[in-house]
Amino acid sequence: MYEFEYHQPKTLEEAAKLFADADDPQFMAGGQTIIPVMKQHLAMPSDIIDIGRIADLQGISVDGDTLTIGAMTRHGDVAGSDEVRKSIPALSDLASHIGDPAVRNRGTLGGSIANNDPAADYPAALVALGATVYTTSREISAEDFFTAMFETALEDGEMVVKVTFPVPEKAAYEKFPNPASRYATTGVFVARTGDGVRVAVTGAGACVFRQSDFEKALDTDFSPPALDGISVSADGLNSDLHASAEYRANLITVLAKRAVKHAG
Amino acid sequence: MPVISLSVNGIPVTAEVEPRLLLSSLLRDHLGLTGTHVGCDTSQCGACVVHVDGKPVKSCAMLAAQADGTQITTIEGLAQKGKLHPMQEAFRDNHALQCGFCTPGMVMMSVALATEQPDLDEAAVCKGLEGNLCRCTGYQNIIKAVMAGAKAMRG
Ligand SMILES: Cc1cc2nc3c(=O)[nH]c(=O)nc-3n(C[C@H](O)[C@H](O)[C@H](O)COP(=O)(O)OP(=O)(O)OC[C@H]3O[C@@H](n4cnc5c(N)ncnc54)[C@H](O)[C@@H]3O)c2cc1C
Ligand code: FES
Ligand code: FES
Repeated sequence: MYEFEYHQPKTLEEAAKLFADADDPQFMAGGQTIIPVMKQHLAMPSDIIDIGRIADLQGISVDGDTLTIGAMTRHGDVAGSDEVRKSIPALSDLASHIGDPAVRNRGTLGGSIANNDPAADYPAALVALGATVYTTSREISAEDFFTAMFETALEDGEMVVKVTFPVPEKAAYEKFPNPASRYATTGVFVARTGDGVRVAVTGAGACVFRQSDFEKALDTDFSPPALDGISVSADGLNSDLHASAEYRANLITVLAKRAVKHAG
Repeated sequence: MPVISLSVNGIPVTAEVEPRLLLSSLLRDHLGLTGTHVGCDTSQCGACVVHVDGKPVKSCAMLAAQADGTQITTIEGLAQKGKLHPMQEAFRDNHALQCGFCTPGMVMMSVALATEQPDLDEAAVCKGLEGNLCRCTGYQNIIKAVMAGAKAMRG
């Protein structure tokens, strides 16, 4: 790793000022992506602003039909939270299958969505549940937040503060994990709300996307056979050493059916 | 350079560290605690797992500066008064190591798993050790050892 300056602000204001004053700064949450990336010299920030001790970024709470999770909340804390398990069990299930216990003890919700790895799990949950991302300057709907591979709507210096999730009637997430890293080779999150069914797919394309033909079918009949006969095109899907585009297209149907069954 | 204060195996440590110093390097190169192994340095293998405030983390993926104010336990901190920790004893009894390179990380992760879930079953052991790779044993004896170690920890 190249040299850098290290800062540990205690407030959002202090973090914003440090960011504005630095040459080429970068935020660090749990460091689970940024540290390996810096080791490989793929990022060479002049200043690391460690946001791990900012109180405003912490915490999980439920208010009526809304679950709120602070950006610095570790995956292990989401997985172990009674509030999450009671309000959106599919989300606690998703968090409990991210990487391994050591990664879950450091990796965060904010870091995961800001990074927007095409194979990350959380983006599928945010899009399917119709979550809202609150940043230091605005509110962004999940669908507008994830823009392209490793790209989000965040501007330079803008920080994710928290995410709110409307509690659905039913939801489930199913993934086919990469056997080494546990990232999603393909993952499908299905959620049924008062406004209808939403199906979000991660790992299969460059960025999370909605499978609208599945949504329509499940709106009429929320059962696995409702997806029979809908073919998923492999066009534009990822093809790599882990799986071909055709394999991923097939996984979308298989995992969506499992998720519908699991959601009950 | 940041000055950090932390506790390592119960001993207070204060050090001035370069921001880019990894926790694994602080432990191994500065404090001489070479029981924590660095197998991959890319977050994949789990050989470098230590406990930070009781929770297992990969010390190659954490800055020493981030550990300011924490309590660290390494493999060297498990044995008490010359007596191996029950999980270490279980690894020995069950022949759960061959070259031993993965063992410090395996043991640290296993202690954490058994502390969090004292009555864990084999499936929970397998899931819990997903981030710990062993190139020698084929894992069977490691699973046996963790089950036995967890039982011994329950007392
Ligand atoms: C071995 C391994 C296995 C993994 N397996 C999975 C898996 O199965 N599924 C999965 O989804 N993920 C997986 N991950 C990723 C992991 O879940 C982390 O969430 C992810 O690496 C981000 O880490 P972090 O939260 O520590 O963020 P950092 O690494 O600290 O930051 C990542 C990026 O986000 C930016 N950032 C962080 N927080 C904020 C914020 N609040 N506002 C704005 N920008 C911010 C940083 O500037 C940086 O660019 C895995 C990682 C590893 C190392
Ligand atoms: S050395 Fe840290 S995970 Fe391999
Ligand atoms: S005993 Fe050799 S790597 Fe596990």
